[in-house]
Amino acid sequence: MALIEAAGIHVRFGDRVVLESIDLAVPEGEFHGLMGPNGAGKTTFFNVLTGRVKPSRGSIRLDGRDVTGLSSHRIAAHGVARSFQIMTLFDEFSARENVTVGLPAFRARGFDMRHAAANDSGFARSAMEILATVGLADKADIRARDLSYGDRRALEIAVALAQGPRVLCLDEPTSGLGSDGVQRLAALVGRLKGKLTIVAIEHDMEFLFALADRISVIHWGQVVARGTPHELQQNEWVKRSNLGRFA
Amino acid sequence: MTTSPQPSSDATRLVTPAMLVLWLVLATVPLWIARVGLYPYLGIEILIWSLYALAFNLVLGTAGLPSFGHGAYFGIGAYAFGLCQFNVVANLWVCLVAAFAVAGLAGALVALFISHRRGIYYAFMTIAFGQIFWTLAIKSHGITGGEDGLLKIARLPADFGVARFDLSDNVAFYYFVLVLFALAVVAMWRLTHSPYGRIVAAIKQSETRAAHLGYNVWLYKASIFTLSAAISGLAGGLFAMAQLAAFPDVMSLHQSGYVVMMTLVGGGLVSFWGPVVGVFVFLIARDVIGALTNAWMLYFGLLFIAIVLFRPEGIAGAVSAAFQKHSLIRRQGNSAMRLLFGGERWR
Repeated sequence: MALIEAAGIHVRFGDRVVLESIDLAVPEGEFHGLMGPNGAGKTTFFNVLTGRVKPSRGSIRLDGRDVTGLSSHRIAAHGVARSFQIMTLFDEFSARENVTVGLPAFRARGFDMRHAAANDSGFARSAMEILATVGLADKADIRARDLSYGDRRALEIAVALAQGPRVLCLDEPTSGLGSDGVQRLAALVGRLKGKLTIVAIEHDMEFLFALADRISVIHWGQVVARGTPHELQQNEWVKRSNLGRFA
Repeated sequence: MTTSPQPSSDATRLVTPAMLVLWLVLATVPLWIARVGLYPYLGIEILIWSLYALAFNLVLGTAGLPSFGHGAYFGIGAYAFGLCQFNVVANLWVCLVAAFAVAGLAGALVALFISHRRGIYYAFMTIAFGQIFWTLAIKSHGITGGEDGLLKIARLPADFGVARFDLSDNVAFYYFVLVLFALAVVAMWRLTHSPYGRIVAAIKQSETRAAHLGYNVWLYKASIFTLSAAISGLAGGLFAMAQLAAFPDVMSLHQSGYVVMMTLVGGGLVSFWGPVVGVFVFLIARDVIGALTNAWMLYFGLLFIAIVLFRPEGIAGAVSAAFQKHSLIRRQGNSAMRLLFGGERWR
């Protein structure tokens, strides 16, 4: 049984159909890429997967449990983490505190009003470990807003990783990065690959074709092609578009 | 590159040096306030409004939620104190708990309706509910005394079992309020720096991210609003004791605006102590400028506009920026020149 099972996801906003019918099954440990032109519905599908948008029809199962229509915080508590294409950080907090807020142990003490958060060395230690994995250990005390763009992208992922998720959803993680940044990120994601299930929306085909186990191409709110990077290179639809040119 | 100020050790302290200094200064107020041409009652007012403004700032500053009808909870606390005294039991502690609890209950009720909102919609909803409570207070003659107010509220004695203190004298009452203020400051300081407080501060910066990290954003927003309303109510209860009455005008929109002005002028958005600074400036300006001209609010309004335009982080923000600049120059020593010529970005 797949870890994520989305069946017949249909989303409409008013009379506009955004997702026609999306089926997706991602086994545990797979890196699944999502690609497609702008406005194809990739991010909307992510929003359904992470509870931001309730689908008009269809269902999402996570490890066999129906999570359709649950709110974001419940789905997050089930082990689904996401990063954002438009960076969504706690800008006034230091990098360390951004990550700390993501820790499930911190969340478990969410209604603790009596103890000083800064007193807990356990939180600080866990946060530093996670910052180290994304290469931000020496920038832990810098405010998120003062970090460089590339470091903010890395922090986006660090905050998601802090949740200790089973599923990591990355929404265009390379967006706006230069080639150095993309390489750094590819190395990071490569290290994560296999350890957790990753679903990534990405426009950088080189990045995606190098890392993904399988890729789904979404267009007009439907999956128009799916397969391994190798299979997709043979796909007629992909060949006709310019999506396969890097592969 | 700028670094955020290290989580200062103050954040982990129960009582900070700043608190001790403030309490010590406040404790001497009755000794000299008459000599500088002011009067002890002003000290009481400053303490009560400081408590109220700090409670209000949990919502405005910590949670970033614009509440413009907070006077309602202050007023409800005042009425609850009086009504409890008349109808339930004339015991100071019970009546203060009633002020806290009833205002908290009203806050929780409002929070149910507004906590899914933010920004301007949140602000409008708080105004609307504030107006409802204000109207109820004016119209319910039988309970609140309407516009005449709920009169003859007594300053009940503080009974500790072994000892009993009469609070009818302004100086005695001042010290009683000071003790409650000090306890509330410790509680709110701790709350602000607890995991709960940091999560509320995180939600202020990004509700979306917090929700996707597994936080029930609605519940945090509702709970901080309820807490703030309850502490505002406690302040209101003390205000009823101070005035020996409870009036609906503290619940009106323009009086709700006062606490917003105090908090913003003082610098509540950037500093825990901002609201207290604002209350001092506001009430002393009212008495000092007010003694010279009836139009004192005009001048305070101009100050407010100037601060919003030029120093949106308020007085506390301006002071801490000045301190930071000073310590930065000292610390960097010879790199001060580079700093002066803007070679490096700095705050």
